[in-house]
Amino acid sequence: MAPAGCKKINEYLWEIPRSFKQGMQVPVRIYAGKQLLDAMDPAVFEQAANVAALPGIVGYSYCMPDGHSGYGFPIGGMAAFDSEKGVISPGGIGFDINCGMRLVATSLSWEEVKPQIQLLVDRLFNSIPAGVGGKGSLQLSRSEFRTLCEKGMKWCLKKGFAIQEDLDRTEETGCIKDADASKVSEKAVERGYRQIGTLGSGNHYLEIQVARPENILDRELAAAFGIDRPNQVVLMFHCGSRGFGHQIATDYLQGFLRVMQSKYGIPIRDRELACAPFTSEEGQDYFKAMNCAINMSFVNRQVILHRIREVFSEIFRKDPLDLGLHQIYDVTHNTAKVERHTWEGKQRNLLIHRKGATRAFAPGMKGIPKEYRAAGQPVIIGGSMETGSYLLAGVESGRQSFFTTAHGSGRTMGRRQAKKQFRGQDLEKRLRDQGIYIRSASYAGLAEEAGAAYKDIDQVVQTTAAAGLSRPVVKLVPVGNVKG
Amino acid sequence: MPYRYLDDLTVADVAFEARGTTLVELFTTAWQASLQVMIENPTDIAGAESRSIALEEPNLDLLLHNFLQELIYYKDAEGLLLRIEECRIHWREADGEPAKLRARAAGQTIDPKIHHLGTDVKAVTFYNFSLVRDDRGWKATVVLDV
Repeated sequence: MAPAGCKKINEYLWEIPRSFKQGMQVPVRIYAGKQLLDAMDPAVFEQAANVAALPGIVGYSYCMPDGHSGYGFPIGGMAAFDSEKGVISPGGIGFDINCGMRLVATSLSWEEVKPQIQLLVDRLFNSIPAGVGGKGSLQLSRSEFRTLCEKGMKWCLKKGFAIQEDLDRTEETGCIKDADASKVSEKAVERGYRQIGTLGSGNHYLEIQVARPENILDRELAAAFGIDRPNQVVLMFHCGSRGFGHQIATDYLQGFLRVMQSKYGIPIRDRELACAPFTSEEGQDYFKAMNCAINMSFVNRQVILHRIREVFSEIFRKDPLDLGLHQIYDVTHNTAKVERHTWEGKQRNLLIHRKGATRAFAPGMKGIPKEYRAAGQPVIIGGSMETGSYLLAGVESGRQSFFTTAHGSGRTMGRRQAKKQFRGQDLEKRLRDQGIYIRSASYAGLAEEAGAAYKDIDQVVQTTAAAGLSRPVVKLVPVGNVKG
Repeated sequence: MPYRYLDDLTVADVAFEARGTTLVELFTTAWQASLQVMIENPTDIAGAESRSIALEEPNLDLLLHNFLQELIYYKDAEGLLLRIEECRIHWREADGEPAKLRARAAGQTIDPKIHHLGTDVKAVTFYNFSLVRDDRGWKATVVLDV
């Protein structure tokens, strides 16, 4: 329930004034209809207000319609900081740096894939390690791993794990600049260098999905993104930088806590909001290390795509590109990036923190692959394994939120409550009865991810559209799922 | 049970409260609660491999935080699930000296055929993180990012 004083700006936008909490530099803005707003847990508002008190914040502390409480920032939180006077905070990015989504087309129809669905899911499950501490099949030295952290998907291209088109259709072309592996601890490398090509667990998954004709919401944009035939099969997956990113966030969070108040005079309201001035030595070191995790995560998803191509090629006995296995797009939803935006009539360099929030650039903007420039940036919003996911596009009215939209459906039920309510084995059977073949590394983990543990994805997506943050293009329904 | 999960503290992650009459008991219990998130049958972890942990931190709550973090590190870096075999903690409130820990942990490589996997723990967060002493001994509140 929203706090007293929360003001309705319009049907899909609410504002918590600066008077809500001492120290707030800007108001909080929440994108939600009344129902989604009322369903948000109270910690969301507290956390968004704490973010509003960080030095150098510009505009508002935002929360997307899928928002729920996290630690530091809420999940679904976004904040822009002045690149000269503002801060950088690991709590505004998350431990899973560059957790993100990738969507891959095929030229196959559901009718062609259906006879092979069990075999496909089984093979994908065996090729792409999932679950607690999963290790990938790539044998890398620690020094090679440090190289790939700086090169990102360019490393994949050189090693034969990618084609140029994959890079072109990835946010930051799969290689963010200002990545410096000398700023990464040996511990972070140890945690990550054997995890390339792995899904992880929790809400991470790989799905085979179908674009049913009745779910094509914008035919022209769908075709622009490569979804142009009836019952077309696509693949969507969700994962991040694994133990590598988790360790970088942990290392720097503790480092920031040592200097935040004593050296920079920034009061610590919540230790998860530890931060340092962006231009400080500590801030820049974290930025360069965090960028390594962004690149590692792009590589992780690329190696997964490579494995997907191998599996499809083996089963359908064709070259993967002859099967239409072209990447549609890869978006990140846990980052801090320097972007140039207009705010109050002035062009400014801003450090945009998105934690469980997706960049959604409008048509014509720089940074969008040229083939999508007229359509707008593809946005991938993953739903629960039961209800489906969405492909959307950025829109001009997204300027209001620095071109940011939602990232998922957002949890409403705690993990333990979900485990009490659902049994993994029952869920697996029910999904199979519904035509969704699933393989999971963990029955307990499966129960935690039951569809009923999440908000209604349709409502979240409709809210982003009504609020002018992004335009729905296709709803994609699952038919096969590999669950971490 | 010397620990209990707190359902109201977090929606997407896992929170627990651990108790111990001594600091060693508290630290060991907090790790049991974390391990139980990752595998459902932690008592089936064989003690084939052994690792030593030595930590020194300016205060007790950071000592607990980094103790848990160190054990999570071994899960990713070496694929090892560890149980605490021995633990010694040196801390005196009055002397202002750093809090110190030495522990020996033993365990085995994760094997989905033996260990019933739960949810991977990414990190120990500072969200509502606390370590306090009350009339029943020591109490810690921990939120794990999963």
